[in-house]
Amino acid sequence: MEHLIELKDVYKIYQMGEETVHALDGISLTVDQGEFVAIVGQSGSGKSTAMNIIGCLDVPTSGTYHLGGVDVSTMDDDQQAEIRNKMLGFIFQQYNLIPKLNVLENVELPLLYAGVSSGERRERAIQALERVGLAEKRKNLPSQLSGGQQQRVSIARALAGNPSVILADEPTGALDSRTGREVLSFLQKLNAEGDTVVLITHDNSIAVKAKRIVRLQDGRIIYDGDAHDPRAVVQPDVEESREAREVLNL
Amino acid sequence: MKMGQSFRLAIKSLMTSKVRALLTMLGIIIGVGAVIVIVSLGNGMQQYMNNQFEQIGVNMIQVGIYSYGGNRQVTPDDFYTLADKYPQYIDSVSPYLSATTIVRQGAQEYERTKVYGVSETMYNSEKGQTATGDKLEEGRFLSYVDVERNQNVCVIGSYLNEDMFGGQGLGQTLTVGGVPYTVIGTLAQKADSTEGSGDDQIYLPYELVEQLNAAAGGMGMNSYLVTSTSKETSSAAKGVIENMLFRIYGDSSSYLVMTSAEMMEMMDSMLGVLMTILVVIAAISLVVGGIGIMNIMLVSVTERTREIGIRKSLGAKGRDIRSQFIIEAGTTSAIGGVIGILFGILLANVFTAVVSVVMADAQGFAAIPNLSGILVSFGVSVGIGVLFGYLPANKAAKLNPIDALRYD
Repeated sequence: MEHLIELKDVYKIYQMGEETVHALDGISLTVDQGEFVAIVGQSGSGKSTAMNIIGCLDVPTSGTYHLGGVDVSTMDDDQQAEIRNKMLGFIFQQYNLIPKLNVLENVELPLLYAGVSSGERRERAIQALERVGLAEKRKNLPSQLSGGQQQRVSIARALAGNPSVILADEPTGALDSRTGREVLSFLQKLNAEGDTVVLITHDNSIAVKAKRIVRLQDGRIIYDGDAHDPRAVVQPDVEESREAREVLNL
Repeated sequence: MKMGQSFRLAIKSLMTSKVRALLTMLGIIIGVGAVIVIVSLGNGMQQYMNNQFEQIGVNMIQVGIYSYGGNRQVTPDDFYTLADKYPQYIDSVSPYLSATTIVRQGAQEYERTKVYGVSETMYNSEKGQTATGDKLEEGRFLSYVDVERNQNVCVIGSYLNEDMFGGQGLGQTLTVGGVPYTVIGTLAQKADSTEGSGDDQIYLPYELVEQLNAAAGGMGMNSYLVTSTSKETSSAAKGVIENMLFRIYGDSSSYLVMTSAEMMEMMDSMLGVLMTILVVIAAISLVVGGIGIMNIMLVSVTERTREIGIRKSLGAKGRDIRSQFIIEAGTTSAIGGVIGILFGILLANVFTAVVSVVMADAQGFAAIPNLSGILVSFGVSVGIGVLFGYLPANKAAKLNPIDALRYD
C-alpha cells in the first residue's frame, strides 16, 4: 500500500555565514493513513525543520517527499500552498487565530482559499466547530475565548478543510496542563475517528500520548517505533537518560 | 467570495484605527477635494461667462483698428455702407469707443464708470434695446442729430441715475472729462446696480469720446460694434468686414475682427489651460497622498506579518495575499476619495457664497462640480490606492510562511 507520508533521504542544509548547518541529515520516514505519530526532539534536533517540510512550508535540499503519493519536494510556492490547503491541517502552539476575524470566519479561512462557496463554507465551518464543541461561540472574537477554547477553534479550522494529515506543532505548549490534556485527548479522539495526526513536541510526557514516536537528534532519527517502548523516551546525550538507560539495562 | 471578505476586512481594519486611517487618507482627501473645487470653479466661471455672452448677445462682432496715420482711415460711413450692402449678414453697426476719464456730478467722482462713445445706430428701436442689450428706462437714446452735431447729451446707467440723482436723472447735468452733459435717457437695470457693474455706464456721441481721448493724450483704439443678423451669419458678417478693411489697409495686422463666438472660444481655451495647470498641481497632492498610503501599507504589512503567515499556512497563495492588500489600499483611498469629493463640494459651495458676497458684479456665479469630474476623481483616487498599494502588497505576497509564522 502506498504510504500517506513518505520521506526518503531528506537533507535540509542551511548556510549560516561560513558554517554549514545540517538541520536534517538524511531522514527517511513513512507515515500511513490513520497513524498517530509524535516527532520528538530537543531544540535544535531538526524537528521544526521536519515539521516545515512535512507541512509543505519548506522544501528539502535533497531527497524526496511524497504526500499522498504526490512528489511535493520540488513544488513551487503556489503549488505548495494548494497542497497545504487541500491535504494539511495545522495546529500551532500560539493557536494563530486572526484576531480581527470572529471564530466562524477563522474556521472558514482554509475553505475560503479552497474556493468553496460561501454557503457551503459556513456549513462546513459550523460542522467543524460542532466537532470541537464551540459552535455557539462562532460570533465571538478569539480574544473573548480562553486559551483552551482558542486551541479548539484552531483544531476546528484544521478540520474544516477535511485534510489528510493533521499537523500539530507543540499544541499544548501555551496551555495549562489540564487544558493541555484535554487538547491531547481530543487529538486522540480524532485519531480514533480515523484522522492521521502528526504531533511535534519536545515533551516526552506529551509524545507518549501518540501511538508511535519518532525521535530526532542532530538531524537524524534515533528512534522510530512504538510509543510505549521505554527506549522511545530516553535521550542518549542527556545525563539522566544515560542513568535511565543503565537502569533499563540497554 | 474572497473579494468581499477582503473588502470587509479592509473596512474593519480601517475602523479599528480611525485616526490612523484618517491621516492615511488625508493626502487623497486634500487632493481630490482640490480637484473638485478647481473643476467646480472652472465650470462656474465657464457657465458665468457663457451667461454674460448670452446677455450681451451672441451676434456681436467687435472690430478694433490699430492703424493710425496712413492715407486712408476707415470711417463710420464705410461701415454704414457695408451694412446697407449686406443686410442679410449685418444687422447694425456703431462706433464703440471707450474713454478713460473721470465722471463727476457735483463733488462726487465716479472713477469706475465706463464711458462709451457710440452712434444712434447702437440703439435698435424695433427691439427696444442697444446692441449690448441695454433697455431704456426713461427718455430716449442718442439721436442722429445728437451724434452728427456732437451735442453734449448722454444716456446713463441705472446705478448712476440712482446714485447721482436718486432716480430722477432725466434732464439733469453731469460732467465727463470736465465737460457738462445733459442726461436725455436712463437705462433699465441690467446687473445689480452697483459701482463698476454693467449699470455703471454712460453713452456719449462717439466723436466727443474721440476728442476726450485725444485730449487725454491717448490715441484711443478706434473700434466698432457690429451685430450680425443671427448667430449663424456672424462668420459671414466677419468675412465681409475683413474684406472691406483689407481693401482699405492692405494689411491684415492693422485690424482685428472678432465674433462673440470666437471671443467665447478664446476665453474658454484660456480658462481650459488655466484649469489644466491647476488640476495638475492638485494631482501632485494626489500622488503625495498615494505615497502616504504606500507608507502606511508597508507598516501594516510588517505589523501583520504573522497574519500573513497564518493565511499562507492555510493555503493562501501569493496572489490571494496580494489582492487582499491591494483591495485594502484601494478601499482606503476610495473612502478618502469619497470624503474628498464631499469636502470639495462643500468648499465649492462656500466659494460660491463668498464670491456672491465679495464680488457683487458676479451675480449668478455658481461653482458646481460636474458628474464626470466627480467620477474621474473617484476613479483616480482608487487607482492611486491600487497603484501605490501594489508594492506593499507584493512584499506581503512574497513573505516566507515559515518566517512569517515565527514573527512576533
